[in-house]
Amino acid sequence: MSSEEYGRRVRRAGPPSRLGRDCLWAFFVGGGICTAGEALRQAFLGAGADAVTAGTLTSCTLIALSAVLTALGWYQKLASRAGAGSLVPITGFANAVVSAAIEFRSEGRVTGTGAKMFTIAGPVIVYGTLASAVYGAALWAAAFFSS
Amino acid sequence: MGYLWAFLVGGAICAAGQLLIDLTSLTPARILTGYVVAGVALSALGLYGPLADLAGAGASVPLLGFGHLLAQGVRQAVAQQGLLGCLTGGLQAGAAGIAASLICGVAASWLGKSRDQN
Repeated sequence: MSSEEYGRRVRRAGPPSRLGRDCLWAFFVGGGICTAGEALRQAFLGAGADAVTAGTLTSCTLIALSAVLTALGWYQKLASRAGAGSLVPITGFANAVVSAAIEFRSEGRVTGTGAKMFTIAGPVIVYGTLASAVYGAALWAAAFFSS
Repeated sequence: MGYLWAFLVGGAICAAGQLLIDLTSLTPARILTGYVVAGVALSALGLYGPLADLAGAGASVPLLGFGHLLAQGVRQAVAQQGLLGCLTGGLQAGAAGIAASLICGVAASWLGKSRDQN
């Protein structure tokens, strides 16, 4: 057996690369959370909500579920495997807010819970708002100068 | 069919985030912030709307969808209120998600036990 052939066989028998494994976990967990969200959305649509309301209710329900799982300590267990799969969905945003709120309670209700909840939520809200305001200003300018 | 697209699109968006974590030194806070800003940009370019129609929650549940929501809100508000809309539209559209997260956080801090967050 040549050394190249040996190397190929070792790679095939060994565990897949960290990158590939991480991405598979992220894909299946993230896809699973989104599929659960789609099931909720269809349920709200079926109950007579319009598309926008159904989307909002879906987000709020996922946030509440994520808060419960975070308070029980289960979401963090999932996140240690799933990486971006549990970070990128709205449940990951809620997890970042809720886990900081719980963790920093010992530093006080105002300077602990109240302030530290925004460690991750703050930048997201700040730059999301900034980006939307820039977009809005561009839309307004485009309408203003074309009329 | 809608469920399959939700799974595939949502999973692909999350796998892209995992590539960012593994291949760059971006921290989770930067990735979340980047995803929301990218969602606003993709929505502004008209690319995210068709994806949201196709994938439903697969596009709206990841934070890119939160950016899309902000952009949709600002589009509507500018059309109705003019320039003032660019200040009100984004946060108005995202208000439910933000308020739900904050209220759940405070409620959980009353009820939940502090534990290892890793």
